[in-house]
Amino acid sequence: MIVTGDPALMQIVALSLRVSGTALLFSTLVGIPLGALLGLSRFRARRLVVALLYTGMGFPPVVVGLFVYVLLSRSGPLGRLNWPVIPSLFTPSAMVLAQTIISFPLVAGFTMAAVMGVDPQLRQQVQALGATRWQTAWTVLSEARVGVIVSMVAGFGSIISEVGAVMMVGGNIEGSTRVLTTAIVLETNKGRFGFAMALGFILLILSFTANVVMLRLQGRTFNQ
Amino acid sequence: MSEPAYRLRQLVRVYEGRRVLQVEHLDVYRGEILALVGPSGAGKSTLLRMLNFLEPPSSGSIAFFDTVLEPGQPVPMELRRRVTMVFQRPILLNRNVWANVGYGLQLRGQRDARELIRSNLQRVGMLEMARQQGRTLSGGELQRVALARAMVLQPDVMLLDEPTANLDPYNVGLIEDIMRGLNSEKGTTMVLVTHNVFQARRMAQRVGLLLDGQLVEVADVEKFFQSPRDPRTGAFARGEMVY
Repeated sequence: MIVTGDPALMQIVALSLRVSGTALLFSTLVGIPLGALLGLSRFRARRLVVALLYTGMGFPPVVVGLFVYVLLSRSGPLGRLNWPVIPSLFTPSAMVLAQTIISFPLVAGFTMAAVMGVDPQLRQQVQALGATRWQTAWTVLSEARVGVIVSMVAGFGSIISEVGAVMMVGGNIEGSTRVLTTAIVLETNKGRFGFAMALGFILLILSFTANVVMLRLQGRTFNQ
Repeated sequence: MSEPAYRLRQLVRVYEGRRVLQVEHLDVYRGEILALVGPSGAGKSTLLRMLNFLEPPSSGSIAFFDTVLEPGQPVPMELRRRVTMVFQRPILLNRNVWANVGYGLQLRGQRDARELIRSNLQRVGMLEMARQQGRTLSGGELQRVALARAMVLQPDVMLLDEPTANLDPYNVGLIEDIMRGLNSEKGTTMVLVTHNVFQARRMAQRVGLLLDGQLVEVADVEKFFQSPRDPRTGAFARGEMVY
């Protein structure tokens, strides 16, 4: 099936990449600025936000799935609003939401740690060269780029291999919300171990490829 | 004396309830090299950071050229960019030497700066190492690149915080020559913080002594070393313990 490029299999692979890729994009868009803010500034609620973030980093995906399920169900606080922007249960959008919640604390937390690892003197020195606040933040973030890429790798790793939340809010519907991890669970339950192993192999290759791409993004910095 | 670049009046800096700096009156004249000497913890670097607008005063005022700045008043970026600073322990960006020297120009959106970067690297003797990564340099090379990245901005005022501390005599001589050249050719105003009285004597036209956050005396270099007004200045210049 892998060699012949079975359409059903390709659809599962494509959906896995689309859901986890979109969730990583949202996590990155929110997580990196938040991580940079927490790493660079001191404000009253910072300690509380960091504590919440650390809690989020260790949150079991299945609990996130349950949380999103309750939120989006017809009788839930968001589901009952029936707004078009709010995703419905058992759709890829609901899976993206759940995976964003899972990966966002990792992206933000690791970015914060990376930014805090940059020599604090650097900020003062770039300001002395005439950097604005935004330019200073951008420079520090760019100096922390190895750590920022690691945050994205960690975020992606946490969702591409995650099964509990996508199973709960996606429902593993064939042709609609079935992704690699939920397909592996299903095929194992059906006793089709060979096929499940093949899916697992694809998942490993995808994860490996994504990590190689991100390592290349780190560029020469990684070797220094 | 030329017009002042800075006029400091009743300047106070307080950290966590502790007064770390109090300067009643200080003028820094355009085109001069003013050395600030004093022991560690005397407030020299704090004063320098305030002159660079990196730290606001707790009270008092700083007039920079024709603009008077009061505490709490934001410093316009175009004013901040007329002054730059070289630190005792320069930190270069994780880029090559050329990119580090061009960084300040990039912040200002200045393009086509190749010739400016090249001439400044040549001036500090680092042109051959332009493609080398900043973090692979020795202490002396690092400080020369730091000097080049400040010089390339062609500031009106350059602040130097112990720029030759921990350097070998060869690099000390090289950096002092560059600083002197910049001051005489471009008329760049310089405030040099050093705890080396010999360097202050070699480099400056005027010298000021800071002790415990207070400016004890500011005088022309000869007067400062030959006939100081305050006995503590004489004691410091002779290398006697006054702190």
